[in-house]
Amino acid sequence: MYKIGDKVATRDAYGKALVEFAEQYDFVVLDADLAEATKTVTFKKAYPDRFFDCGIAEGNMMCVAAGLAAAGKTAFASSFAMFAAGRAYEQARNAVGYPHLNVKIGATHAGLAVGEDGATHQCLEDLALMRTIPGMTVINPADAVEARLAVKCAIETDGPFYIRFSRNPLPVVNDEENYTFELGKGVTLRDGKDVTLVATGYMVSMALEAAEMLAGEGIDARVINIHTLKPLDSELICKAAAETGAIVTAEEHNVIGGLGSAVAQAVCQGCPVPVLNVGTQDVFGRSGKVPPLLEMYGLTPANIAENAKKAIALKK
Amino acid sequence: MNAQKLQMLKSKAKAIRLGVLEGTHAAKSGHPGGSLSISDLLAYLYFDHMNVDPANPKNPDRDRLVLSKGHCAPALYAALAERGFFDKALIGTLRQHDSILQGHPDMKHIPGVDMSTGSLGMGFSAACGMALAAKLDGKDYRTYAIVGDGESEEGQIWEACMFAAHYSLDNLCLILDSNGLQIDGPVAEVIGPAPFEAKLEAFGFFVQTIDGHDFEQIEDALEKAKAVKGAPSAIVMNTVKGKGVSFMENQVKWHGSAPNDEQYEAAVAEILAKED
Repeated sequence: MYKIGDKVATRDAYGKALVEFAEQYDFVVLDADLAEATKTVTFKKAYPDRFFDCGIAEGNMMCVAAGLAAAGKTAFASSFAMFAAGRAYEQARNAVGYPHLNVKIGATHAGLAVGEDGATHQCLEDLALMRTIPGMTVINPADAVEARLAVKCAIETDGPFYIRFSRNPLPVVNDEENYTFELGKGVTLRDGKDVTLVATGYMVSMALEAAEMLAGEGIDARVINIHTLKPLDSELICKAAAETGAIVTAEEHNVIGGLGSAVAQAVCQGCPVPVLNVGTQDVFGRSGKVPPLLEMYGLTPANIAENAKKAIALKK
Repeated sequence: MNAQKLQMLKSKAKAIRLGVLEGTHAAKSGHPGGSLSISDLLAYLYFDHMNVDPANPKNPDRDRLVLSKGHCAPALYAALAERGFFDKALIGTLRQHDSILQGHPDMKHIPGVDMSTGSLGMGFSAACGMALAAKLDGKDYRTYAIVGDGESEEGQIWEACMFAAHYSLDNLCLILDSNGLQIDGPVAEVIGPAPFEAKLEAFGFFVQTIDGHDFEQIEDALEKAKAVKGAPSAIVMNTVKGKGVSFMENQVKWHGSAPNDEQYEAAVAEILAKED
C-alpha cells in the first residue's frame, strides 16, 4: 500500500506490479540488459521462466516482443526511454504499432532526472515519438499508485502501450484507497478558477506545490494530472480552459510534441485560451545532480507559478 | 520425391510466378525479382511442408511463416491465394488504395499473413518471438523466416541470430534467399555480407546450403532442419533473382520495377511454355 507523501520511484512500482499481477494474468517480460535498473529484475527473480534477457539489442527485443504477441502472448519490453522509444522507434512503429500487437513498452530513466549520465541518456522526446504512432496508448504515471494501476490496465487492455516510469522517488499524490485509474481520463487534484495547471508524471507534485505558492498570492489555480497522454482527455482540458481561461502545462520532456503540444492542440480545437508550456525548451540536457538540473531547465514549482501569472495576464 | 509430387510442386510454383507477374503488372510497381527467387520455396512450404489451414488461418497450432524480406509480398500473396486463403481475383488489386493487398505484408487484414513486415531486418526477430511463444505454450508448431541476402546487412538480423541460438530455438528455421542482387547492385559489391555459412555457424546455427530451385534439395533441407534439437537451423538458399523469366533473371533492374504490357505478355508466355 502506498501512502500520500511517501516517496517511491515508479520503476519500483513497475517491478512490483509485474510480480503482483503475474499469477492472475499470462504475460512475459523482456529486457535489454537493464533489468536491475528498470526493476524488471523483481519479476525475473520471481518468475525466471517468464523473463527473457535480450542483451543490448533493443531493436531485436521490440520485434521479439511483437512476435510473441503475434503468437498470442502479452509481452512487456523494457529498457531506458532513450533506447525503448528512441533506438527502437521504428520497430515500435512498424512491428508493434502497425499490427496493433499486445506489446507493453515499460520505459524508465526518461527525462532530465537521469542526472549525471547526461544528454545521451536523458530522453526528452519519448512521449512525442510514441504519441505519433497510431493506436499507441501513452501513459506517464504521476506516482506509484498510478504506475501500479497503469501496468494492470495495460495487461487488461488490448493493443500497444508505452508507459514511462521514473528513476527517482516521487511523492505519492493519489490516495490509493479511493483512487480509480481510468484510461484516458485526467484527474483533477485541486479545484481552482483563475488558471489551470496541467501536469504529467514527474511534474504533477510540482504543479501542486505551484498551486500552493499561487494561493499565497491570492491566485486560485486548478491542477489536473494527465497520466494518459494518448488518448488525451480533451473534454476535461477544454472544460478547464473554458472555466479558468488560461492554462500552463508542465512536463519533464521537450515542449515539442509532448503534453504541451497535445494540450495546445486540444485547446485550440475546443476552447482557445492562452496555453504556456513548462518543459525543456528544445534543448538537450546535461550532466549534473538532479535538483540543480531541474532548476537550470525551469522544471520547478516556481517556474510553473511564474508561467501561471503570465498566462493569466494573457487572458482577453 | 515421386514424379507426381514433383509435378504438383512445379505446377504450384508456376501459379505463384504467374501471380507475381499479374500483381506487379496490374500495380505497375512492386518487386518481381526477389518474389520469383522464392516462388519455388513458397510452393514447397505452402503445398507440402507447412501445417496451415485456409479455413482456419488463425489456428494457434499452425506453422508460421514470416516473410522478413517483405517487399516480396507478391509471391506470398500468390501462394496464399493459390492455397485458398483468399480469392485469386484479389491478386490483380495489389497495391491499389481499396485493396487488402498492401505493398508489404499486413497481418491485420490479409488472411494467412502471420506477421506484418516490410522494413528490413525486423521480421526475423518477430519469428524468434513466435518460436519462443511455441516453447512457452508447449506447442510443436514451427516458424519459418525468409530473409534476403541483402537484408542480412541489417544489424538486427544478427541480433536475432544471437537470440535464437541463446534460447535454443530449434523450432525456428531461417531461410536465407541468396539471390545475389540488391537495389544498388550485386550484394557482394554493395557491402559483401558473405560468407553466410561460416557466420551463421559461428552464431550457433545448424547450417545447410542448397539450390533454392531444386524441390528435392528444399525438401531434404527442411526435413533435416526439423530433426535438429537444441539449436536453430539456417538454410542458405542459392537462387536466381527473377527466376523463370529469362529477361528478368540476374538483372538488378527487376528488383523493384514492374513489367509493362509487352513484358508481361512475354513473361507469362515463357512461364506457361515451361513443362510441369
